[in-house]
Amino acid sequence: MNHIIENKQTGWDRSQMAQRAAQDIPDGSYVNLGIGIPEQVAKYVPSGREVIYHTENGLLGMGPTPEVGCEDPELINAGKKAVTAIKGAAYFHHGDSFAMIRGQHIDICVLGAMQVAQNGDLANWSTGSKNAIPAVGGAMDLVAGVKTIFIITQHVTKNGEPKLLEQCSFPLTGQGVVNRIYTDLAVIEVTNKGFELLELAPGVDFETVKVKTAANLIDSRLANKE
Amino acid sequence: MINKYIPSVKDAVVDIFDGATVMIGGFGEAGSPIELIHALIDQGAKNLTVINNNTGSGHVGLAALIENGQVGKMICSFPRTANSTVFPDLYTAGKIELELVPQGTLAERIRAGGAGIPGFYTATSVGTVLADTKEHRTFDEAAFSGKQYVLEKAITADFSLIKAHQADRYGNLTFNKTARNFAPIMAMAATTTIVQTSNQVEVGEIDAEHVITPGIFVNRIVTVSNPMQESKLIAKGVSYP
Repeated sequence: MNHIIENKQTGWDRSQMAQRAAQDIPDGSYVNLGIGIPEQVAKYVPSGREVIYHTENGLLGMGPTPEVGCEDPELINAGKKAVTAIKGAAYFHHGDSFAMIRGQHIDICVLGAMQVAQNGDLANWSTGSKNAIPAVGGAMDLVAGVKTIFIITQHVTKNGEPKLLEQCSFPLTGQGVVNRIYTDLAVIEVTNKGFELLELAPGVDFETVKVKTAANLIDSRLANKE
Repeated sequence: MINKYIPSVKDAVVDIFDGATVMIGGFGEAGSPIELIHALIDQGAKNLTVINNNTGSGHVGLAALIENGQVGKMICSFPRTANSTVFPDLYTAGKIELELVPQGTLAERIRAGGAGIPGFYTATSVGTVLADTKEHRTFDEAAFSGKQYVLEKAITADFSLIKAHQADRYGNLTFNKTARNFAPIMAMAATTTIVQTSNQVEVGEIDAEHVITPGIFVNRIVTVSNPMQESKLIAKGVSYP
């Protein structure tokens, strides 16, 4: 399990990003996991902690992916993939499900991102392309309603463009909503001063992260040591 | 005597009229009332406004209804899904209207419609392009202060088509797992709610404590003993009609 700490490694892979984020989910939390890397977070919650997963299509107590052949088309997650329900799970309708979100009953939501701005603005639903079919799902409800928003994302795009910016250029999902970002290179907190680096991935130095971040990056590790 | 059961899916949808607003339950294939949708295709009502979270997949169910040219407008949160080409192609060609609504706002607009509430305020979509034309306001109450909210209006419908797990003749319903999704709130928000179920039960068989949708919200029920499964039909390459 502890493959995060290995020598000669540079950065975190997708599973390790999920594993790193999982360490920051407290015992007893109600958590909603977005589609993609965030889905993996559930696999890495440290032992001894009990976390209840919410999926907005009507289930609290979402369990792992079923074994092949045991899928139930009427037991799925928000990504429409087959899941299981744990003992003690509860089903409910969409009105109640989004009351849990809008009413701030869900503690943490882990989402992917296209862009995050230094003031916590998030863009993760549309590139604004005129040819695209717009689709928003529950993303805007989650960022508006959930108390703490974690983002898991690659630090830069496939083309090497920064995703952590002074201002988002894509249409926003929400304003000032992001609390913490887990990338392949670092863990970064969004504070009222902007992006603050909390932790570097193995083999990564501060300058590398700074160069790949298109906004000011404060090194909080120094402040914390003082 | 109250008996909301009627003989066939054909009878169930016979009076859905051109231009009607129709809510259709389901989140992807979970809870999709395919047999009722196919009956609506056979019936042929046109220029419908359809409310569903998605726009269907493949060439069956909701996607087939759209492909058959019966839907003028979709109100949904996520019109793109795996195996979903019918709606995207028509939308790109400018042949179908889309009202894109955040999923929780869609659910609450439906719930509000069923509860007799014409509108409500929510923080969802504030600061985004989806709030551009909406009325904004703030509230002084401690629990809601310091944030902007937008006015969202209720949605009601002429008809709702939903799928239940069990139904008695009063219309009391239970659902199966995450197939419940939008069905209970859609049942509340339509003038005429039409239910398909695979389990017709006697009055009293569903414990009163376990009724999910009370029969007052239900108008017609039809038994579909072995409902088709959308993903299986798509895997077989089935198109309807």
